[in-house]
Amino acid sequence: MRTIRIQRDDFDAVAESAALSAGKLEVGAVVTFTGIVRSDDGLSALALEHYPGMTEREIARHADEAKRRWPLFGVTIVHRIGRLRPGENIVLVAVASTRRKAAFEAAEFLVDYLKTRAPFWKQEERGSAIYWVEAKESDESAAARWNSV
Amino acid sequence: MKILYFAWLRQKIGKSEEDISLPPQISTVADLVSHLSGRGGGYAEAFDNPGRIRAALNQEHVRFDAKLAESDEVAFFPPVTGG
Repeated sequence: MRTIRIQRDDFDAVAESAALSAGKLEVGAVVTFTGIVRSDDGLSALALEHYPGMTEREIARHADEAKRRWPLFGVTIVHRIGRLRPGENIVLVAVASTRRKAAFEAAEFLVDYLKTRAPFWKQEERGSAIYWVEAKESDESAAARWNSV
Repeated sequence: MKILYFAWLRQKIGKSEEDISLPPQISTVADLVSHLSGRGGGYAEAFDNPGRIRAALNQEHVRFDAKLAESDEVAFFPPVTGG
């Protein structure tokens, strides 16, 4: 099972997670990661845009890569776009496997990818100042370490 | 050919997409960048520093030496920042 959605609306992490293991008695571990917009240095909002079609395809390619690397029963990725305020959910990654190690690793691999190389662009709003976020070095190295896995 | 612009390229150019007929002298993404930049105004500003721009051809990341065809969808955007 592979579910990938880009949406403006919020998501229900508990329901998404439950759907991954429902009726599958061989699932022994579901790892769910929820990314939340953080209020850094007076951040008032983030505004995200994506490339409809390409963003979904690129994420699907990485979800398939995770399924090749780890024994997974299901992957669910939900990413929000539009204007999001601190405290709001921004991304959900949930993976189901037989065992915890694979589930943790696969979830981290997907989150590292989503945070660095998925086709999203974001603007930060601080009061009346609005500017585009530039690609970050530290996130790049977090994602790069998976190349040698 | 369909051209899409994202993030600050879209803002500088003032539109998110447009259709153009591929001029005969243009064969690569780099050629298209010079052509668009030559329109001046917001285009010149958006393509001022090609090192800050990434391209996709039919929704796949490509380098600027990738070859173009009339039926292609080309997109220009800043390096992705992830979600």
